[in-house]
Amino acid sequence: MNSTFPAIRAFEADYARARSRARRVQTFYSVIFAAAVLYSAYLGGFFGFTDVTLASGERVSMLKLWAGLPRLGEYLEKTIPTLRLETLGADLAEWFWRWRTWLQLLGETILIAYGATVLGVTGGFLLSFFAARNLSPGKILCQITRRYLEIIRTVPELVWALIFVFCFGVGPLAGVLAIGLHATGSLGKLYSEANENIDMRPLEGIKASGGNWLQQMRYGAVPQVIPNVISYTLLRFEINVRSSSIIGYVGAGGLGQEIRTTVSLQEYPDLSALFVIIFVTVMIIDFASEKLRHKIIGIAESWT
Amino acid sequence: MMHGTLPHRAKELNEARSLLPAAFHRSPSKRLRNGAIGAALIAPLVYGAVVFGVTPARLVEGLSRLGGILSFMFPPHVWTTWQEWSEVLAGLGETVVMAFLGTLLGAVASLPLAFLGAKNIMPLSWLRLLSRRGFDALRAVEQIILALIFIRAFGLGPLAGILAIAVSEIGTFAKLFAEAIENTSRRPVDGVKASGGSQFQAIRYGILPQSLPVILSIILYNFESNARSGTILGIVGAGGIGFLLADRMHAFRWPEAWSIIFLIIATVYIIDAVSNTLRHRLI
Repeated sequence: MNSTFPAIRAFEADYARARSRARRVQTFYSVIFAAAVLYSAYLGGFFGFTDVTLASGERVSMLKLWAGLPRLGEYLEKTIPTLRLETLGADLAEWFWRWRTWLQLLGETILIAYGATVLGVTGGFLLSFFAARNLSPGKILCQITRRYLEIIRTVPELVWALIFVFCFGVGPLAGVLAIGLHATGSLGKLYSEANENIDMRPLEGIKASGGNWLQQMRYGAVPQVIPNVISYTLLRFEINVRSSSIIGYVGAGGLGQEIRTTVSLQEYPDLSALFVIIFVTVMIIDFASEKLRHKIIGIAESWT
Repeated sequence: MMHGTLPHRAKELNEARSLLPAAFHRSPSKRLRNGAIGAALIAPLVYGAVVFGVTPARLVEGLSRLGGILSFMFPPHVWTTWQEWSEVLAGLGETVVMAFLGTLLGAVASLPLAFLGAKNIMPLSWLRLLSRRGFDALRAVEQIILALIFIRAFGLGPLAGILAIAVSEIGTFAKLFAEAIENTSRRPVDGVKASGGSQFQAIRYGILPQSLPVILSIILYNFESNARSGTILGIVGAGGIGFLLADRMHAFRWPEAWSIIFLIIATVYIIDAVSNTLRHRLI
């Protein structure tokens, strides 16, 4: 039937050609992708072998990946505490046997997160006006601020912590500064994006009535971005609590130092107890900050 | 300031002030409330400064030390032998490999799991909620704690890091993928079913084409973020550039440490640029 319509025939031939070309391109990229996966699996040690002693005492060479899985199961099993229904109270007391120290360290962790959030909010908020394309007083200043924020958030908190532990000594101060610096970078970016989305007319009004740059920001921009700023800040506080719970691993205070000792001394149930403590804390903060956020955004919206 | 520049407006201002007192004064109760909120926000900082032993002398000393090691930043240290270069480049490559494979494994594992957590696919609400809470629990474990556990099982090296990234990504991916699946339109699914397709075919031809662009873009974003966060896994011994970085810092070889940090930043920039281009081409 197609033979009676040359136009359709030509179309079908074209279609078949386009299909086969698309298929060739797809195959080409799939092969490259598969090669990349295989090569990185090789580099990542997926095909590495390790010696394992079997139950019978015989030593064999085994794929690392395969040999590790049972050990992983064993490890996780050891972290599960023994909880019996009849002696639940005593078992729980044994599981959380260091609760006084842990609670104190948890307080330190939250305090680190709070201090870091305050630092990050202050720094990020001030810099966000220079980093916003529509508000920045100068193009070069804008670029410099943007690069600075980008660099301080690309370097992970743990690396900043290593640097600050060297400068300020072992302790929570280094943690506050490290997380605060990283948070400045992330919050500065989020705030400056909020700044770029504002309505410019209030600022023009203030400019027209003789306001300088500072007054334009204070009375034109800030009232518009406050709900966003609060919302991002509360989200960041939660992230900072997680970060500060681990930052002690390199000596920067908080629960992380306890995690480090627990892992190196192989106190398995302690690890799960610490995990429960962090999990519950983050959950409570998450819940509370959501409630607070809705309330504050509600109040802020009623102003406008 | 306004008074100074516009003295003839003073009378008008006074008039306005008497007409609209609320616009020029805050009521005492409001002032009290704001003061109380401010004090409540500042009090933990003061308490923290006391507990953490923050003294001006300590801050000055720390800042002067920071200034000292920052001075090693410029000009950056350049390694002269190929052996040193190859060590650093191999470390960077290992970090990228870890982020790549970890993200890929996490994505592959979480795609089927995501369907368990999606409202429009999984009719059993208890199973859906159970999987959702499972994803949350996985996300709650820090990547670095996972790495510590995996090092015990798989030994030092990148394998532990890859698996740590993969497992922690399952929690993130499964949640985000489930949301992407929930945001699809029902109509293509109805169409496939109306023409006699099975549930599997409805998912394959009705839902996947809609959600795949979103899923790919999520994967690329997380690849970027894993390349950033993967640099620290080496600090605890799970492979990658972090090991070299921590090693240089512990040995106080700051010029080299800064150069490694610069190289990390450059690598992250390159990955950002590549994945941006890929994202635009794929979507």
